[in-house]
Amino acid sequence: MAVPRTTRWVRLLPVLPAVVLLLVFLAGPVLWAFHASLTNAALTGRNARSPGWVGLDNYARLLTDPVLPLSLALTVLFVGGSAILGQNMLGLLIAVLMRRARRSVSAVVGTAVVAAWVLPEIVAAFAAYAYFSRDGTLNQLLGGLGLGQPDWLYSFPMVAIMLANVWRGTAFSMLVYRAALDDVPGEVTEAALMDGASGWQRLAFITLPMIRGSIATNLMLITLQTLAVFTLIWVMTAGGPSNASTTLPVLAYQEAFKFGDIGYGTAVASVLILIGMVFGAAYIRLLREAKP
Amino acid sequence: MRRRATIITSLMASAVLTLAACSPGAPAGEAKTLKIVYQKTASFTALDTLFQSAKQEFEAANQGVTVELEPIQAEDDDYGTKLALALRSPATAPDVFYEDTFKVRSDVDAGYLLKLDSHLQAWSEWDTFDDAAKAAGLGDDGGTYAVPVGTDTRAIWYNKKVLAAAGVSLPWEPRTWQDILDAARKIKASDPTVVPFNMYAGKATGEGTVMQSFYELLYGTDSALYDAEAKKWVVGSAGFTDALAFLKTLYDEKLAVSPAEALDANVWKKVFGEWLPQAKMGATVEGSYTPSFWQDGGSYEWPGYEQDMGVAPFPTQEGQAPGGVSMSGGWTLAVGAETKNPDLAFGFLTTALNKKNSLAFNIASSQIAVRKDVAADSTYQAANPFVKDVSELVSVTHYRPATADYPRISAAVQEATEAVITGAKSPEQAAADYDAAVKDLVGEDKTVRK
Repeated sequence: MAVPRTTRWVRLLPVLPAVVLLLVFLAGPVLWAFHASLTNAALTGRNARSPGWVGLDNYARLLTDPVLPLSLALTVLFVGGSAILGQNMLGLLIAVLMRRARRSVSAVVGTAVVAAWVLPEIVAAFAAYAYFSRDGTLNQLLGGLGLGQPDWLYSFPMVAIMLANVWRGTAFSMLVYRAALDDVPGEVTEAALMDGASGWQRLAFITLPMIRGSIATNLMLITLQTLAVFTLIWVMTAGGPSNASTTLPVLAYQEAFKFGDIGYGTAVASVLILIGMVFGAAYIRLLREAKP
Repeated sequence: MRRRATIITSLMASAVLTLAACSPGAPAGEAKTLKIVYQKTASFTALDTLFQSAKQEFEAANQGVTVELEPIQAEDDDYGTKLALALRSPATAPDVFYEDTFKVRSDVDAGYLLKLDSHLQAWSEWDTFDDAAKAAGLGDDGGTYAVPVGTDTRAIWYNKKVLAAAGVSLPWEPRTWQDILDAARKIKASDPTVVPFNMYAGKATGEGTVMQSFYELLYGTDSALYDAEAKKWVVGSAGFTDALAFLKTLYDEKLAVSPAEALDANVWKKVFGEWLPQAKMGATVEGSYTPSFWQDGGSYEWPGYEQDMGVAPFPTQEGQAPGGVSMSGGWTLAVGAETKNPDLAFGFLTTALNKKNSLAFNIASSQIAVRKDVAADSTYQAANPFVKDVSELVSVTHYRPATADYPRISAAVQEATEAVITGAKSPEQAAADYDAAVKDLVGEDKTVRK
């Protein structure tokens, strides 16, 4: 049935506030950041009074900044290691195992995993700092077992913050996959079982393809979230030692607020936005293909 | 029904009228407000107390003026950021604010601060301010833009018990860098579990690394960070390399904390809270505000610190004149350039910094007084047993070259110390990399070889 033009407009009205809010609070800052990255705006000093247009100078400077390649590599490592591999795989594994486990076991595991997710980021960050610091819980455990006690935040800062991010974020993936697995029709799996498919075969050829949409959605969300992680890293290592854990958000913060160079800081942030968009586009493609 | 509509309409109309009367466009103009922005943290409430009492005094003396206090709850770095963000727009800029001395020049450049020269001329109490401290409020044009509330110095704080146990004679008065190493090695030999002599290094401790460690070394050589007359940054100096080499010796011989501990941003808490009170550290270089941590009500109360701790000036490299080195920072009050009531704002500033309020604040926050009448006051001198020693260091102190480039230069120095104590670079390499970084930051024409 064809809907008259005017009614269609009226139907869009309730969405309007949301669209306006999105434009003001999402597109606005993104555009502002991009605009600022083309100027030499600063927090203080002469450039704070009269910021000048410098075109692509900040981006040219980015290309020669020795910290940028390191920072990019660390960001990719952080997202790849702690989100795509860590949170995603661990979340799936826990979700699969929980379906088989006894109700009581699955309740305990579920609560433990979700507890980290419930903590505000700053609290989780302090907890992780206390856990990995030199006299922290982890080293006391290792000491109790008679093993070495490395200084995690100093010698292996990326390992520490990646583990912390896996700990904190796995709950989200687990919840997504639990919901998705519950939607897989039982008769399909039963049919495969009748045909003699092993557990692995059922997972690889039946379950995973059927929850492909959830996988893509989950990957997109945790990637974008992990790209933006700042508090966790700032509290645990502040990007150090010697920039060994300076991911792009940390770098952008340092440039914009520690050195007051807003123009350059927003240029770093724009690169971060760009990376997020590339990942986002890739997952959306994946999502489309997932539709039968 | 109609009646109700009339009532509602008239109610709405009167509401509109009342609201319009409240709007800033109203011609009333009688009630004036001053907005005051300053820092307040869990462990630093002295400033809040100061402004609360100044508000009462000022409002009583100026009928019709409301003083609005807006404390920002943040540590130093974040406070600076939040203040700068507020200053960027006239709509949010405060009338009077608490300003770090080392931000004064670049914030003057940014046009955030009101020039106070004409106001200061008419203020008789300005003469009671120490001349060196007055310099902290100068802009590049020679005008005064901020009034100091207090200053600080840096010295060696040592635990007498630890030194005595190692056979170092007390009071300890090191004359040269070598004296420090000798004493530290003695302490190490007598008790290997003690940290003999700590100096901060690396980026994690931020400005602490340069203010409470590296600059004490650098300014004790015949070199400097900045040539104030030529307005150029010094590169290629032997003093810079020597200072790095001294840190390397301290860390290589394990006379200081381990590099991993040094690169933990919270290391200073352990210095104040654990190692010195528990006699696990011989000495550290720290600020004149140190007793405020250990006094009653401080973050790390330590009854008896007066007996256990001693203080000594940091020596020059070879004992050359003037025999000691210190660094000073401190804070000021400034008036916003966009204020609508400059006279009232300045009036509030002078109320906040009158003798009574300055005295109370300087004592509560262990600051060195910048008013001579406060410095001479007996309650100030009796505030803690170290006031006299750390105040005397003002005669050998240095201020940071607080240009807009300074934060990046400071970061480059911190990076050089980090590279040296972790063994990533030799002092010569690290100094050469620093030189390259400075030339990159300010341009080769703004550097000078010395």
